Parts: sequence; C-alpha cells; structure tokens
Amino acid sequence: MAEFSTSVKEVGDINVVYLKGYLDAHTAPVLENTLSNLIDYKKYSIVVNFKELAYISSAGLGVFMAFIEKIRENSGDIKLSSMSDKVFNIFDLLGFPLLYEIFKSEEEAVTKFSETKKLEDR
Amino acid sequence: MKTDKKINEKQLVVQSKTNNLSQIRDFVYSTALEVGISTEIIDNIILAVDEACTNIIKHAYKSYPEGEIIVKLQYSDKKFTVLIIDYGVPFKPETIPDPDLQKYYRQHRVGGLGMYLMKSLMDEVKYVSIPGKYNQVLLSKNIGTAH
Repeated sequence: MAEFSTSVKEVGDINVVYLKGYLDAHTAPVLENTLSNLIDYKKYSIVVNFKELAYISSAGLGVFMAFIEKIRENSGDIKLSSMSDKVFNIFDLLGFPLLYEIFKSEEEAVTKFSETKKLEDR
Repeated sequence: MKTDKKINEKQLVVQSKTNNLSQIRDFVYSTALEVGISTEIIDNIILAVDEACTNIIKHAYKSYPEGEIIVKLQYSDKKFTVLIIDYGVPFKPETIPDPDLQKYYRQHRVGGLGMYLMKSLMDEVKYVSIPGKYNQVLLSKNIGTAH
C-alpha cells in the first residue's frame, strides 16, 4: 500500500504543511484531516510544501478546493511550493495556477505572506 | 528496427477499494517499464488508470468494497492499451461536463477532473457499457518510434 504522511511546522503566524509520499483517493483523507485541524485552530495562513510528494491524483487536488474559500474568507490563503515538474504539470493541466499561488521555494511562499501582511498593516 | 507485431497481455484483478490503487499503479508501472516506455509517459498512463479506477470505486461501485476491478494490459511495440472492467453501475461519460474550477471554488468540491485528466493524458479513451453485464474503459497510448 502506498504511504502518505503530512507534518506541520509553525513559522511565526504561518503553518507549513509538508507532504510526503503518494496522494491519491485512499490517502486524501489524511490531508483533509491536517487542513481541517489547522482551520479548527484558526490557522488560516498555510504554505503546502510538495518537495517530498512523489505522486498526486485528482482526489488529492480536490482537497485544496474543499478548504480554500473558508480560508480566504478569514483573510488567509493556501500557497503551494516546491513541486516537482511532474506534480506541477498536473496542477497546470487542470488550471490550478489561476486559483492558487505556486512558488518555487517554501521561503518565497512564506515571504509572500509576510509582505501581504505588511501592506495590510500600513 | 523492430517488426514484431505480437500483442502481449497481462491482467490484474483487485477488489474495489482505494487501498488497492497503489497496487494497480505498480502493476501498470512495472509492465510499462518492461516494455521500454519512458518514465514520463508511464507517469501519465498510471495517473489516467488511477483516475479511471477511482471513478469505478466511487461511482460504479459507490464505495462498495467487494466489487471486482479487472485491469488488462495489452501491448505491442506500437501501442500500450489498458482495459479496465467492472460490474457496477453503468457510467455515462457524456453526462460529465469538462471541469469548471471557478464553479468548484464556490461549491467547495470538484468533479470531472479525473475524466479530463484521462482525456488529456491518453491518446484514446473509450467507454463501453453493456447494461447488466459489465462496463469497460479503454485507455491507450501510442508508443514507439512512429510517435
């Protein structure tokens, strides 16, 4: 059976979710739980790091759609980072770059949150 | 230059559970690798097969875990074909619209993404349903020097 796991790291107000392994219809509920927990704790600024994700199917992509509106309604966002070309191509094929900001590195995604916050604080 | 027109066949039978998806992907992956298909194309094929099987588990068998899914691989040096057979509820592909992400955004759900991926990633996608008998999805990819 394919393995999939998530781990979460707090970087100031931002939570970085690391994905590892194979994300398909079987393992998508694991990611659903992780995101759902963050929302329960009102953690709405989320970066998802795809560096160690080997595989994603549409069931995995669907998870991001389930939570994004609630997160944005609370002035948060899900930003995506560090995808392999293979994983990015699937997101791209389905038009996800129109709805989500996708960054080359986790640092860029985290910085984007901080910059947005600075602008709001002015 | 190979002139071998022989068609080889391999088959895997699994129950309709999502935890079997990885076994299905591994089966297709290892066979396609033996045939000499590039890993980039294999990645596309296994994603299309995963999407087709996920749809069967969720829609044809409505998550009933003991349905049968037969994955048949037929391959020559020109073409790699995957036939996926189930005995669940017939599927009407014409009722599935192309995905509309803006709409899904508002509805917090997605649908039809798998079907769209299959059509995008494969050269041929064909559905056949014989009511009361079986449903079959055919996915094929042209391989070899001609393409």
